[in-house]
Amino acid sequence: MKAIICKGLTKQFGDFKAVDSISFDVEQGEIFGFLGANGAGKTTAMRILCGLSYPTAGEATVAGFDVYRQQEKIKKNIGYMSQKFSLYDNLTLLENIEFYGGVYGVSRADIRTRSRELVSTLGLEKEAGKLVAGLPLGWKQKLAFSVAIFHRPRIVFLDEPTGGVDPVTRRQFWDMIYEAAAAGITVFVTTHYMDEAEYCNRISVMVDGRVEALDTPARLKQQFSTDSMDEVFYQLARGAKRSAD
Amino acid sequence: MQKEFRQIFRDKTILAMMLVAPTMQLIILPFAANFEVKNVNVAYVDHDHSSYSRKLLHKIGASGYFRMVGDPRSYKEGLEMIEYGKADLVLEIPAGFEKNLVREGSQKVNLSVDAINGTKASLGGAYLVSVLANFNSNLDVNVKLPDGKAVAPAAKITVAGINWYNPRAEYKYYMVPGILVLLLTMIGGFITALNIVREKEIGTIEQINVTPIQKWQFILGKLIPFWIVGMIVFTIGLTVMYLVYGIFPKGNLAVLYLFAAVYLVALLGLGLLISTFAETQLQAMFIAFFFMMVFMLMSGFFTSIDSMPDWARAMSGFTPVTHFIKVVRLIVLKGSGLADLKTELGYLALFAVALNGLAIFNYRKTT
Repeated sequence: MKAIICKGLTKQFGDFKAVDSISFDVEQGEIFGFLGANGAGKTTAMRILCGLSYPTAGEATVAGFDVYRQQEKIKKNIGYMSQKFSLYDNLTLLENIEFYGGVYGVSRADIRTRSRELVSTLGLEKEAGKLVAGLPLGWKQKLAFSVAIFHRPRIVFLDEPTGGVDPVTRRQFWDMIYEAAAAGITVFVTTHYMDEAEYCNRISVMVDGRVEALDTPARLKQQFSTDSMDEVFYQLARGAKRSAD
Repeated sequence: MQKEFRQIFRDKTILAMMLVAPTMQLIILPFAANFEVKNVNVAYVDHDHSSYSRKLLHKIGASGYFRMVGDPRSYKEGLEMIEYGKADLVLEIPAGFEKNLVREGSQKVNLSVDAINGTKASLGGAYLVSVLANFNSNLDVNVKLPDGKAVAPAAKITVAGINWYNPRAEYKYYMVPGILVLLLTMIGGFITALNIVREKEIGTIEQINVTPIQKWQFILGKLIPFWIVGMIVFTIGLTVMYLVYGIFPKGNLAVLYLFAAVYLVALLGLGLLISTFAETQLQAMFIAFFFMMVFMLMSGFFTSIDSMPDWARAMSGFTPVTHFIKVVRLIVLKGSGLADLKTELGYLALFAVALNGLAIFNYRKTT
């Protein structure tokens, strides 16, 4: 079964089509890169797929559930990590895990064993009882990702998860993404880093609300007869009429 | 959902603010916010210079409410002192004051009042009249306001003024429960609104919205901790009231708590409702302030509801604070029981249901 199916999905604010009739499928277990310049409509599209926003037209299902009527069911089956850090700064690491685990209905016993595992894989045993506010950004982001997949969702949405993070931590972060994908979680990720785009199984590039290209990184490079993703992105995005915000 | 509880205790500063600030306010505010008038500046014009007139002046000075600020030579100079704000009252004792009192058994004195500071002037005037009356009930006091419009009828004073004499205790009893209510109102209205809007600002609310949490779960999760804090504050308030002012509710404590509980739910609902409209904490503050101002002024806390125009009285009925202040005063001071306050309980419950209903209705996880 496909993880995400979009057909002609559109979101309009007044005259402005933020998302203009996009169609694509995402396979279960795939790492799907969702690229586009600032203001191209990535975040809007993602918010629709996460059940945070109603589309104006078109169809889409996420984990088999309809984005118009079954948003709460979608929410049960996805994880979401926004570009803003979204854990509670003034809760400790463990309290954050416990809180979000509880919200997703993970049982207490599971929360306890899984959070112990998680803390040790992240190597944060010493920090487990400290407030999240004191952690360095890279660790915060890794923690946020771990929390987003803590309830073992079918799909995880990552909105620019590595913004402002150093290259080493980014590599570690992508290792975590691969692990999650290997465990069968579909990863839907937006990014501005083209090296990260290369890590994806397939990528789509949005320009002015439309999906202008969708394929594996290798074939996209071939198609635009270049050897760098930067160039692919540049060729697509420079045709954009919308000014970046 | 018990996890939401922690959200409140994580914020140690806010928690401290919520618990300590009200206590301080309850201790300090009543001294400033009472209607009692002290330090009324009295200028006197003594045309008599008799031992009896001096005795009267001495008595006025000794009452503790007045400050003798000077003895201008003429009544005109006394009025000038009022104009310059040096005096609030001018008392004129005519020549032959002692003689006439002894011989004819009655004597007029003139009292002019500065009506700019209305409360001070009218209460100060009334005090002075009662001092005079107490001094010699045969005195006829001629009270004049400077603009000449509101010349009070020359009061043939009897001893009726005596109740004014120790108004202090009265005001304290009246004000302290009112202030307690206002504190509870602030906690309920402000803190919930700010808390949720803060989550909007930080972005955690979006993270919450993307979870399968139900609206009512989220709202209850917010309500319950603040409700508990509110009740704790209320308890602290009552304790302070008892320890510092020696006021112990005459009525049933359980009834008082029942009302506080319902009232808090209503106010929390208001806070939630505000938070669904406001996008930033600044907006939330302004909206909350607007409501608080209306509530405070309309609730009969500062002014008597009975003396409001009809429309204001009607509006006053729509503010939950009005009902709660009334109830608290009735229970604490008068000892009213549940049966007497059934309608008020109904009103408060109505507010609670309506405000929370609106808040839940208005809170959207999906836009």
